[in-house]
Amino acid sequence: MMKKVIEGSMAVAEAVKVCRPHVISAYPITPQTHIVENLSQMVADGELKAEFINVESEFGAASVILGASVTGARAYSTTTAQGLLLMAEVLFNIAGLRLPVSITCANRSLSAPINIWNDHQDAMTVRDSGWIQLYAEDCQEVADMQIQAYKIGENPEISLPVMVNMDGFILTHAFEPVELIDQKIADEFLPPYKPEVYLTTKNPVTFGILAEPQYYMETRYRLQQAIEASKQVIEDVANEFKKVFGRYAGGLVDKYRLDGAKTAVVAMGSVVGTIREVVDELRGKGEKVGLLKIRAFRPFPKEVVYDALKGVDNIIIMEKALSLGFGGILLNETKAVFYGKEKQPRMSGFIAGLGGRDVPNKSIIKAVKKAESEMLEDSFVDLREELIGIGE
Amino acid sequence: MAKDETVANKKTVAGKRKKEPITESLVAPGHRACAGCGELLAARLVMNAAGKNVIATCATGCLEVVSSAYPQSAWKMPWIHSLFENPAAVAAGIEAALKALGREDEAHVIAQGGDGATADIGVGCLSGMLERGHNVLYVCYDNEAYMNTGVQRSGLTPFEASTTTAPSGKISWGKTTDKKTMPEIAAAHGIPYVATASVGYYKDLEKKVKKALSIKGPKYLQIHCPCPLGWIHDPALTIKVAQTAVQTGLIPLFEIEYGKVTSVRKIVKRKPVEEYLKLQGRFRHLFKKPGGEEEIKNIQAIADENIRKYSLI
Repeated sequence: MMKKVIEGSMAVAEAVKVCRPHVISAYPITPQTHIVENLSQMVADGELKAEFINVESEFGAASVILGASVTGARAYSTTTAQGLLLMAEVLFNIAGLRLPVSITCANRSLSAPINIWNDHQDAMTVRDSGWIQLYAEDCQEVADMQIQAYKIGENPEISLPVMVNMDGFILTHAFEPVELIDQKIADEFLPPYKPEVYLTTKNPVTFGILAEPQYYMETRYRLQQAIEASKQVIEDVANEFKKVFGRYAGGLVDKYRLDGAKTAVVAMGSVVGTIREVVDELRGKGEKVGLLKIRAFRPFPKEVVYDALKGVDNIIIMEKALSLGFGGILLNETKAVFYGKEKQPRMSGFIAGLGGRDVPNKSIIKAVKKAESEMLEDSFVDLREELIGIGE
Repeated sequence: MAKDETVANKKTVAGKRKKEPITESLVAPGHRACAGCGELLAARLVMNAAGKNVIATCATGCLEVVSSAYPQSAWKMPWIHSLFENPAAVAAGIEAALKALGREDEAHVIAQGGDGATADIGVGCLSGMLERGHNVLYVCYDNEAYMNTGVQRSGLTPFEASTTTAPSGKISWGKTTDKKTMPEIAAAHGIPYVATASVGYYKDLEKKVKKALSIKGPKYLQIHCPCPLGWIHDPALTIKVAQTAVQTGLIPLFEIEYGKVTSVRKIVKRKPVEEYLKLQGRFRHLFKKPGGEEEIKNIQAIADENIRKYSLI
């Protein structure tokens, strides 16, 4: 296998290529553009045999991959922020139709005010759509996740769409050494998509039925069962990937130096890399700090999160999104994990890096120190107090 | 006899042997459409003319609701309803998948939507599909309002029709603008084939469906379909209402190939618009309110302009 220093967007495009998608459909939006440009070039050069459909909107892109998938094709799209929200109606529809398409979301903040930089507010907003949501820490992981995504979603027991999340700019535009996946090995790992039912004149089936009150609930029950069942599949696929490719970035979660930890930081996405450094630094000073990386936010891995964190006294959640009117989303979901349990660690929530604001090591250390002495809820990291009239 | 096989209908009301065989319909009876529904009639005519090798998409709306309530389906071809505004985009995805999977010859792809799905909420997806040149026939069943939600105004509601969101009232005559020129908008994409048809002229409709499917590339067919409930007319008069619309010039029937009008259905015996309007409750206010005569003149002017523009006489 070849290791090359390439841009995150190219790493994704290379990974998508070896998945052999039949249909790709996308609409350009910053910071996703390099992904679609790279894929377009691959198609233009004949390296990737796929129908590339340049659409009039992200709503159209999501609808095109829906149509392709229901016809039996493997389909791919990529977007971010406003584009993801424009897709929202179709995202729910794709999940309801149980179509295992995949989308890379180059996570970006939401307007207004318009801001093209990274946070997780976009993907978090559609967390209840029925999509499996995976969050990558670095370019290698995003590439590896992309091929795992189809393997997870296309499992006949699951049959769900998968959204691979990568931080906009921080990962899409970062140059990192990435081990590219060989097509032959990829073909062994990811067999062709062969759905049981699809649109064909050989077996005319009606898709997208009207379900009246006596039928609707059961479809949602099945959806919930499938996404719950995907927890095991996500773990299995990560393990199988490790066997084939020798790399493992975690299944549902990744634990880092949690053994004997008194304090645990919980986070998702590229900020995890920075937190790793902070943990090493604090461990070096004898402080018992560890890290829990959440790879799968949907399904939310309640059981493994509890197992990983039940030994600590102090949990710090560092997240790039919030539910306006309630606060940190990851904070409140982690709190829910501990409801009714004997052990109740202290939990503090930090909102960091919204709209692409840098989250440096020192800000994380400051947050960890603060949370050691008091419990904080929805504390905004590195808030510029002079801009909002605090402390004048 | 295997299903879908042609069955000769040996008995007729008059006791005569019919010359033409009746084919089992590809849109099954037993659906929930209202009596006299023009849209279901049009869908049946389209699908039977298209034949068995079809994959169809369908927008949210009356057509979908009455035909696909689980566990029943009226559709005998592979069929999908996704959302209100995306039958054209889903059809584009299906066509792309057939190509990518080497199944291009398996089926014609037909996208279906009502006038709201087509001319309003889904016009972006439709325009994209036409511009990209997908080999898809898009059929707009035009019953001139949002019927499924209770007769609200759409972009294809005609001038001064009364709907529940643009009603006639003490100071209103109903809709203040005329129908969006959707066939011309589709034709402006420079696509190979655009046609208008009416359930009042089923031979013409069938001919246009067959012709459209013989052409590769994007096609647009808009079919005028009376809605007894929304237009407020006797369900027995659906065909008469549809024919009268054509005979007045309000609904011109034409074909446009690559932007050029290549055929029109000539009006044999022209009728004044009153004859069409008075059949329907949605135009009742024009005959009741003072000043209605002047308003009817404005509607006549629309018909006159259609007749001039398309040389219907």
